[in-house]
Amino acid sequence: MANRKPAGSTGSIEQLLAAKEIVIHCGSGGVGKTTTAAAAAAMAAVHHGGKVLVLTVDPARRLANALGLEAFGNVETQVPRAAFMEAGVEPRGELWAAMLDTKQSWDDLVRRHAPDPTTRDAILANPLYKNITGRFVQSHDYIAMERLYEIHASGTYDLIVVDTPPTRNAIDFLEAPERMADFFSSRLLRWLTVPARSRVLSMASKPFYSVADRILGSKFLEDIAEFFLLFQTMYAGFVDRAAAVTRTLADKRTTFVVVSTLESAPVREAEFFIDALHERGLHLGAVVLNKVLPTWFLDKGSTGAAKELCARADQLAAELPSTLGPPEQVARVLHEVGESFLNFQVVAKREAEMRAELSAAPDVVASVPYFDRDITDLASLLELGQQFWGVPSATGS
Amino acid sequence: MSMDTEESLKEYLSLQLKIPVLARIGPLARTFDFVANAAPGVKEILTIGKFLWEVRQKSYDLVVVDAVATGHITGQLAAPQAIQELVQVGLVRDQTGWMLDLLGDPAQTGVVIVAAPEEMPVNETLELVDKLAADTVVDLAAVVANRVLPELFGRGEEAVFDQLATDDEQVLSHAVGAPVRTILDGAQLAVTLRRTRSVHLARLREELPDGTPLLYVPYLFQRSHGARATHQVAAHLGEELGF
Repeated sequence: MANRKPAGSTGSIEQLLAAKEIVIHCGSGGVGKTTTAAAAAAMAAVHHGGKVLVLTVDPARRLANALGLEAFGNVETQVPRAAFMEAGVEPRGELWAAMLDTKQSWDDLVRRHAPDPTTRDAILANPLYKNITGRFVQSHDYIAMERLYEIHASGTYDLIVVDTPPTRNAIDFLEAPERMADFFSSRLLRWLTVPARSRVLSMASKPFYSVADRILGSKFLEDIAEFFLLFQTMYAGFVDRAAAVTRTLADKRTTFVVVSTLESAPVREAEFFIDALHERGLHLGAVVLNKVLPTWFLDKGSTGAAKELCARADQLAAELPSTLGPPEQVARVLHEVGESFLNFQVVAKREAEMRAELSAAPDVVASVPYFDRDITDLASLLELGQQFWGVPSATGS
Repeated sequence: MSMDTEESLKEYLSLQLKIPVLARIGPLARTFDFVANAAPGVKEILTIGKFLWEVRQKSYDLVVVDAVATGHITGQLAAPQAIQELVQVGLVRDQTGWMLDLLGDPAQTGVVIVAAPEEMPVNETLELVDKLAADTVVDLAAVVANRVLPELFGRGEEAVFDQLATDDEQVLSHAVGAPVRTILDGAQLAVTLRRTRSVHLARLREELPDGTPLLYVPYLFQRSHGARATHQVAAHLGEELGF
């Protein structure tokens, strides 16, 4: 491999997972983040041993599906050993799975940081709080990273593999802890909480209030003020926490795996994400290319043969044994076979170009082929994991 | 046009609330950006309010929105209701009424869910259908199954292929004058991919609410995703819709 990095290169996903404690899978929607994250965790549990957790923060219950678990909430659940035995392997370690329950995680956070039971109950009962935590999008990003930090700090697991939420902007969740800290220390919060603290509005906040009042109505402003006043009691804890979460993301023990299919939109997003990681000094561990067509579609010798099948289908059908079927039917089959190959070859060529673009920077690039069946159980998950586990075959060979 | 929350906010302030001057003043505009972050649902309602406003103004005959990811779309579409529950008075509250009217009128607004015929996307689509019905007032207009692989063989043809791929490979190679193994493998992969996907397609068809139009867009075998691809998708959708 020409762009093989010298010493310090992790080389393979296997080595990467052995060296890190947190592996965060990211990429655009539909590329198989959840599946590859679950497969990586399962492989680590089987081959490296120890306690491995796969944490999915996707609001849709995809991982539960892939692991054949009915539903697992915020509680970490062990994937039964029997499931591995059924898949024909004896794991050295344990595989645990958890899904992010946004509401539950926020509640836990409040319980942890509230100065006293009264404040805690007031926050939990506040209608605004319920809405923020249950309904609104931004809260997912922060709480996902917060929960990751929480689990990591508990020291329960040797390895945590995370699947990130589908964000419109892939870097949203990277910035979530910082934004949360900014938010809690913002001037706006102080302004919003002014009416609750003092009936006399300062000259500075008066114009703000007259406009805010027109837009949101004073009752809502009061609701907001009450909510944030309550939240302010947890200010210090929150800001410290957000800073700690940010540090965890940048820690040497944390790495990011960018997952992408070889289509233009996901590849663009993956490139953007790789740049974002680089800018922030975060560790890019590997790029996993998912649902890749076999490279034999690029075989030049077969191109000619496929064209022959298309062009001379009738003639060829006549030369084949009559036991195959009526010649016109055989000709149709030959034509279809040839055309299908050429069609897929076009896609394979496109993928090769995309692959070359994406493979320029990272140390580890692993490919997962298109699977001819669905990933619905541990056996297929491990089979998929096997594809990217070892030292990756060099690009194009 | 592309959506940008900050721009939406400015427009919202100047168009709907008639505060054009204020919106242009730097520090206050920034303050309102904070408001958008602070007040739950404001960001969502700005996004959704922006395109609903275009509809209300009748600036266009049709407004097509490329929405956010599956996990987030219900939050956006449900924002006007959430705001209505939370905010009792004020201009934002006044805005939610007409938004809900527009969103809830199936003659004017509909959601189209696009899914690849694979297991997870189909699951998510079905979950989203339920969630939309439970949490929003928006009508499900149609579901589009995208990248549907072609059926390679018709009735009886698969048997011919199977025999070619096993017993008669050598004969075929000889006739063609070059090895055909790779080509046969390619066709086999195409058949398998199509077959595994058709199971999910069938499930999608069965589990969608009765009467939901399900449109098919075939997988496009081409090198790039440029304007030509867009035209082809449009042509296929047009056929499905009977244009």
